[in-house]
Amino acid sequence: MNVDLTIAIIITMVGASTPLLFAALGELVVEKSGVLNLGVEGMMLTGAVVGFAVTYTSGNPWLGIGAAAIAGASVSMIFAFLTLSLSANQVATGLALTIFGAGFSALFGKPFTGKPIDIFGSVFPPALSEHPYLRVFFDYSPLVYFSLFMVFAIWWFLQKTRAGLILRAVGENDHSAHSIGYSVLGVRYGAIAFGGAMAGIGGSCFPLILTPQWVEGLTGGRGWIALALVVFAAWRPGRLLAGAYLFGLIATMELYAKAAGGAFRIIPSELWASLPYLATIIVLVLISLRHKISSSAPACLGKPFIPN
Amino acid sequence: MTNFNRRNVLKIGGAAAMLPLIGTKAFAKKDKVKAAFVLIGTPDDNGWNYGHDLGRQEMIAALGADRVETTVVTNVAEGPDSERVFRELAQQGHDIIFGTSFGYGDSMLKVAGQFPDVKFEWATGYKTAPNLSIYNARFHEGRSVLGTISGMMSETGIGAYIGSFPIPEVVMGINAFHLAARKANPDFITKVVYVDSWFDPAKEADAARALIDQGVDIITQHTDGPAALQVAEERGIIGGFGQGADMSAFAPKAHLTSIIDIWSPYYIKAVKSLLDGNWKEGSSWEGIAGGEVVIGPYNEKVPADVVAAAEAVRLGIIDGSYHPFAGPITDNKGELRVEAGDIIDDGEFWAVDWYAEGVEA
Repeated sequence: MNVDLTIAIIITMVGASTPLLFAALGELVVEKSGVLNLGVEGMMLTGAVVGFAVTYTSGNPWLGIGAAAIAGASVSMIFAFLTLSLSANQVATGLALTIFGAGFSALFGKPFTGKPIDIFGSVFPPALSEHPYLRVFFDYSPLVYFSLFMVFAIWWFLQKTRAGLILRAVGENDHSAHSIGYSVLGVRYGAIAFGGAMAGIGGSCFPLILTPQWVEGLTGGRGWIALALVVFAAWRPGRLLAGAYLFGLIATMELYAKAAGGAFRIIPSELWASLPYLATIIVLVLISLRHKISSSAPACLGKPFIPN
Repeated sequence: MTNFNRRNVLKIGGAAAMLPLIGTKAFAKKDKVKAAFVLIGTPDDNGWNYGHDLGRQEMIAALGADRVETTVVTNVAEGPDSERVFRELAQQGHDIIFGTSFGYGDSMLKVAGQFPDVKFEWATGYKTAPNLSIYNARFHEGRSVLGTISGMMSETGIGAYIGSFPIPEVVMGINAFHLAARKANPDFITKVVYVDSWFDPAKEADAARALIDQGVDIITQHTDGPAALQVAEERGIIGGFGQGADMSAFAPKAHLTSIIDIWSPYYIKAVKSLLDGNWKEGSSWEGIAGGEVVIGPYNEKVPADVVAAAEAVRLGIIDGSYHPFAGPITDNKGELRVEAGDIIDDGEFWAVDWYAEGVEA
């Protein structure tokens, strides 16, 4: 395999991974606070359609990204109100949010189907972004660098700040956190809003950096892969980055291998497509076998908090 | 006074369900037809469903709103769920029901058996019944035109075909494209990537990137959206083609031409035959000659000699002098599949499970 092709594969892989990374990072924070939000796909679709609409209307992708974050956070508040204030079942409400997001985005996006926008590509000068070797560092959308920054920022927040410690405490033992005076519901509202914003940005990656158009169901089920990714990463931002790029690499290699022909064709394409899920199942099995890793799952994950 | 207990309600409901069967005659002329269209997606997909809905609108315009009234049901999933939709439409007194997806077949055949006086029309179907006809279009004829353009314009000699699933229709589209390209460039190679979906724009776009990174400079796709075409535009390769509709808005430079599906001739014919009282069970498979497959405008960057060659193929298909699958054809494992002077006829078409020599799939 030559250098040019390797670089090309890396660039495509990073693009395919970035929406997963955003959405999964957001979900990681939500789950760390003890809430399981299965509505990632719905929030991504909402972010995708709003991101597209605002970029199309204003011509400014930065506004589109901002609007996608706000839109994702806004729809996540429906989930937050139902599950936190009304103590509704988180699994059922999350699924409902996905269905809502699919329907809302289809309705809202109707006037925007069949309209193209420009891709939000590299902002570096061509000397860097089109350089045969250096482009492996510079031929990316600003969203890609932002996603990498967020990996670090979330790790730092969760591990090195007092606020992160409180968030983790709420996720591990909500009643203790409550009894020493922290607002469990307040923290969780904040975490869910953050997760919604990140899923919204992740969704906006589809029309902005992958395929500059809006059509119904644009995200194609990536929200579910993002959910699997959080478990795969055992709720650690660093491992999440590796996992997102691994999942992206599997998805990308499938296509490059098919286009190359030869020995890779022996692997049926259905197997390629199922590899991310198989990997997640294997990790789940490992988690249940190894007690050490299982302790990384937030203890209050998915349980409604009802103060007594 | 009637008691609305469960038994009575069932009785009344059953009687109501039989109502459409009363008072209809099989071969009578009609003043007005009630037609229903069942779509798998929504008409704003710029592709398959858009084409069918446009055909419906043109059919109304041609026959007049006083003679035909239509109902459109969108987003109907294939499989058992569609049966309910077809039965309901039949009960509501529709005279003819068009099911525009392959996967509606079982439900349509079943409901057609229960409503012998309602006519059913199954797009891309393979089995008829006394009140169920099938209709399809020869999309592969358009692929011959695209292949001719690709063979002449490609500089690397490598073209790509992004497919959904390896079903006969897609396989034959690939073969038609490739055989035409090889007539212009005997060393032409067609790389095939299946994305295992009719609809996953992000994956289609990444497939296009993977192909372009490996030497492809002309792309055609058998999925519904413009995703691959947009990547062709972004990367500045020679180009790609619109599928189902003109997609030049998405890729003004890369969009060389397009295959456009036109369903109105068939819809007009089917509804008119019902109005005239001479609807018959049948199987329709028209292509470029019948006006169901149309080649869109050529991009100004396509050289005049290429346009002339593409038009020659198009006209040759109409007058019968060009056949997309004329022998000799050797498959990509070296076996001679079609003798010189022979063709793949309509019956053999659906059984082809091999690719022509030079296809990498």
